[in-house]
Order: sequence, then structure tokens, then C-alpha cells
Amino acid sequence: MIEIKDLHKSYKVGGSELHVLKGINFNIKEGELVAIMGSSGSGKSTLLNILGILDEADSGDYVLDNVPIKKLNETIASKYRNQFLGFVFQSFNLINYKSALDNVAMPLYYQGIKRKERNEIAMSYLEKVGLASHSHHLPNELSGGQKQRVAIARALASNPKVLLADEPTGALDTVTSYEVMELIQGINDEGKTILIVTHEPDIAAMCKRNVVLKDGIIIDDKYVEQVRASSYV
Amino acid sequence: MFNIERWQEIFEAIAKNKMRTFLTGTSVASGIFILVILLGAGKGLENGIAKQFANDADGVIWIWAGTTTKEYKGLNPGRRIQLRNSDFVISKQKFESQIDKKSSKFNIWNGNIVYGKETGNYDCQGVSPDHQAIEKVTIVAGRFINQIDLSNKRKVAIIGQKLKQDLFKDKNPIGEQIAISNVKFEVVGVFTDPGGEREETRTYLPVTTVQQVFGSGEDKLNDMSFTLNKKDTYEEALAESKKFTEGISQLLKGKNTIAPDDASAIGINSTVENIKQFYDLNLYIRLFFWWVGICTIIAGVVGVSNIMLIIVKERTKEIGIRKALGATPLSIVGMILHESIFITTIAGFVGLLSSLSLLELVGPQIKSDYFFNPEVDFTIALTTLVLLVFAGALAGFFPAYKAAKIKPIVALRDE
Repeated sequence: MIEIKDLHKSYKVGGSELHVLKGINFNIKEGELVAIMGSSGSGKSTLLNILGILDEADSGDYVLDNVPIKKLNETIASKYRNQFLGFVFQSFNLINYKSALDNVAMPLYYQGIKRKERNEIAMSYLEKVGLASHSHHLPNELSGGQKQRVAIARALASNPKVLLADEPTGALDTVTSYEVMELIQGINDEGKTILIVTHEPDIAAMCKRNVVLKDGIIIDDKYVEQVRASSYV
Repeated sequence: MFNIERWQEIFEAIAKNKMRTFLTGTSVASGIFILVILLGAGKGLENGIAKQFANDADGVIWIWAGTTTKEYKGLNPGRRIQLRNSDFVISKQKFESQIDKKSSKFNIWNGNIVYGKETGNYDCQGVSPDHQAIEKVTIVAGRFINQIDLSNKRKVAIIGQKLKQDLFKDKNPIGEQIAISNVKFEVVGVFTDPGGEREETRTYLPVTTVQQVFGSGEDKLNDMSFTLNKKDTYEEALAESKKFTEGISQLLKGKNTIAPDDASAIGINSTVENIKQFYDLNLYIRLFFWWVGICTIIAGVVGVSNIMLIIVKERTKEIGIRKALGATPLSIVGMILHESIFITTIAGFVGLLSSLSLLELVGPQIKSDYFFNPEVDFTIALTTLVLLVFAGALAGFFPAYKAAKIKPIVALRDE
């Protein structure tokens, strides 16, 4: 599903060059649940941004579902983001004046799907995350866990190839975190490829594979025995 | 633009962001409102001042007949030309679109006027109602000659203040009978003339009455006078006057069988050359209010642009989210501009209509010498609105474009 070869990325900080990714190589197959770990400054967020086509690598290859992602203009990049990827952010990033339903329907709006159909699809995903009863609530009427569930529903709405989650439990307490992880595991069980950036070992333990980054290179990449979140809840 | 989905998206954004919509709308509406009121007030002041000086504005064109100096179509030179009513009528008809005021005149050079024991010889002129405006005659009591006097050939007289002193002393002359060359006339008005005492010994009578009573029923005229419609600039007024005098000269020469190059048979005198001052003053007033108007528009444009900048800044994070979900940069710019143009247009119209109705309602109530009929040309008001909406869109475009270009990840960090 994802093939990465010798990926380099550096930023200009002031006058000096900051080499963030120093040759990353790894492949992710369909249906994997991967945790990308590392301390802050290890390059994990940069890697996720490149995977999410929010940023571009300086050199190296990135192939997403057999489509090479290189030197895309903004319009094509938007299209690929919309079709291939679903994002879940630490700070939820819901549009605060839109209801839960409208937030979930947003990626479908950019696919040009008509309003009625959009709302039906969005509703089915809200049901999936257990928030059908909250469909007309605004984000500020929802708890943190509920907001993240809405965000996950939104990420799934366009039926992407890969779900990218950037510290999805970073703003949540432990119990809520495990509830969200349970949901993510359930989605993975249905076959969705999911990448989670996290620095919390217990969250990483709930994934099937752990990739550890340090100073811009992968220092560890191993399959782990998945801990089911449901055992904590 | 005609994408229903886009409209729905925008209406939703507008409806859900009531405060933002309200503030944008209010500032645009009040901007337009103030602008139109200011433009209207400027116009009112301009009208008022123009009215104050209006009397000095008219250049008067006099036309009289003389003696021919050239042989023409078998007619000898030295022929005396007589203006008649028909000359006045065809002149009026031919140049109707150019003429503002018009008067034909027939004089009794030395009328013997008697009232009781007082008597004297005075200049009596038979004139038309417009003569009051042409000669700047100010009525101090009673009235001037009117159209009914003219049609019915009434025997009425308007006497000068000096003449009134001579004949009536302190007595009220209105309604009294005076005899002019043994014909009785009723005094219906007293006038004053800035021209001086000589003018104020004059008596004005209806021209038709004078022709019938003293001109043995013939339709002879001594002279005709005209003023032309006002022009925007002195140069135009001058050109118009030249065109008119040449035209009327040829017309009258043709009618009276006079050689086209015979200058002394038809005499024309125009004072249009002397009114440059008025046109200059009018020009300065207009330039001043244009300046005021332009400054106000600039202030409005700056205000609207400012709001647009703030709105885009406020929506940076939303833009980032939308981009992450697959919005193209173009759709982001389109969305912001569509929404802002929609709000500014609606609000602009509200401001425009309310200010125009205020001017319409209050304008006529204002009674002041230097303020008169405040009005705003609807086209100018509409142009102003379009300008403001365009400026708002332009001011919104650049930050929106910039925001649509930045990486979603940067926009998302913007708290």
C-alpha cells in the first residue's frame, strides 16, 4: 500500500540547514496498523506530513497504492488527499460552526457528492462511531472523546485507502484514549490500513507493528503482539 | 457561481457565523450609507450655492433690427427692417431646445403718465413674463406680468420704485388706476432694479396690450431677448451662445430677405462672454465636492478591505482543515470571495436604499439659502457600491489566495 525509499527532508532554520529525515525506507501492506514512535524532533511528524501529502520530500520515492507521489501541483495533491487519505489530528480540527454531521460530510462535499447522498453517507459513519444521536450537535457541545470520534468518522467518510492519525489520543484522558483506540482497532479489523504517530508506549502496544524513529532514521521496526483496547475498557 | 452546492455551503457559513456576517454587513452598509449621505449633502450645498449665484449666471442675448446696408435679391440698401411677433415665434420654435427664458418687447419711449394731480413722462415697456428673470427685476409689492395678462391683453402696469415715489408718495399704489397716454391701467406691482434710478422710473406693461393700444393693433416689436440653458462649463456655454446667435441671425435674415453678410440689419448683443466668473465658481464647488466624495470612497474602501483581511485571518485554520480534507486552493479562494461578495452586495444595497430614502424624505424639508435639494445620482451611488464590493473582493482575494497557498499543516497549527 505504501512504499517508501530513501526519503530525505531538510528544513532551513534561520541560516542553517536542519536535516530531519535522513533516508527512510519502509513498506506498509494493506490492512496493517502501524505505530510510528519517537521522541519529539525524531522526524515522525515530518514523515506523517509527507505521507499525508501535506508536505513534500526533497528526495526519495513515495508510492501510495501504486501511484507515485512526486512533484504534484496543489490541485492534484488536494484530489489525492481527498481520495486516498483520511486524517485524524490531535486537536480534532473540526470546523466549529458546523454540526457533527456536516463535519463528517465535508470530504464528500469536495468529492462533488450531492447533499442528500452526502448526509446519508455521513450519518452511516456517525452510526459506526456511535454518535448518530449527536449528529446535529456542534463540536463545542461534544466531549473530547466524542470530538475525536466525529473526526474519525470524517476521516473515514471518503473511504480512503489509508488513515493517518497524528497523536489521536494526545488530548484525551486514558479511559477515553482506550475507547478511541478500540474504535481504531475495530476499523483496522475491517481491513483499513492505519498509521498512528504516537509517543505513548501503551497506544503503540495496541498496534500491530511499531516503527521507531530517532534523529531522522528508523532504528527499530518490529511486529508486536497486539493488545486489544477492549481489555482495558 | 451557479453551483447550488456552493451556495448551500455559503448560506450555511453565513447563517452559522451570525456575528461575523452582522459585523461585515453593518460596516459595509454604514459605509455606503455615510458615503451616500455625504455625497447628497455635498450636492445639496452645491445646488444651494449654485442657486444663490444663479441670477448672475445668465448671459442675455438681445436681438434688434436696424437698416440694411447691402443690396439683396433686388432690394435696395437702406431698407428699414421691422421685427414682428412672427420673428419671435419662429425663433422660439426653431431654438426651443436651447432657449431657457425668452421675452419680446415693444416700447413707448415717452409715455405720459398721470395719477391724480401728479404727472410725468416715463419710459414704458411692453414685455413678456420672462422679462422679470432676464432683467433681474425684483418685485417689492404685488406681482409681475403673467401669462394671463398677456393672453387677455389686460391693462395692468408694474411700476418702478422711483416712479411710485413720484406719483404716489407714501400711498399704496396696488389697485390704483393710472393713465398712460390717456389710457387707464391698473397698477398691480412695484419693482426694484439693481440697475439704478433710471431703471426704476420705468413701467412694465404686457407686450400684447402695448401692441394693441399704442401700436395701432400691429404686431411690431422693438427687440427680443433670450437666455440659454445652462451648460457644465464656460466653454460649452460660450460655444452654445455662438451657435445660437449665428443660427438666429441667419433665420431672421432669411425671413426678412436680408443679405446673409449684412451685419447691421439684425443687431445681436450677447453678455454670455461676461459670465465666466460664475462658471469658474461652479467648477470650484464641484471639484471640491468631488474631492470630498473621492476621499470618502477611499475611506470606505480601506474599511471594507480591513474587514476582509480580518475575516481571512480568522478563517486560516478552517482553510487548513478544508485543504486537508481535499479542498483545492481555487475552491478556497472561490468560497471566501463568493461569501464576501454576497454579504457586501446585500449589505451595500441595504445601505444604499436606506440612505437614498433618507435623502428623499428629509431633503425637501431642509429650508436654507445655501442648502437646497440634496440628491445623489443613482448611477453614481450604484457605481460607488460596485467599487466598494470590488475593492472588498480584491482586498479579500490576496489574503485568501495566500491562505489557500500555505501548507495545510501550517494553517492547522494557527491557533
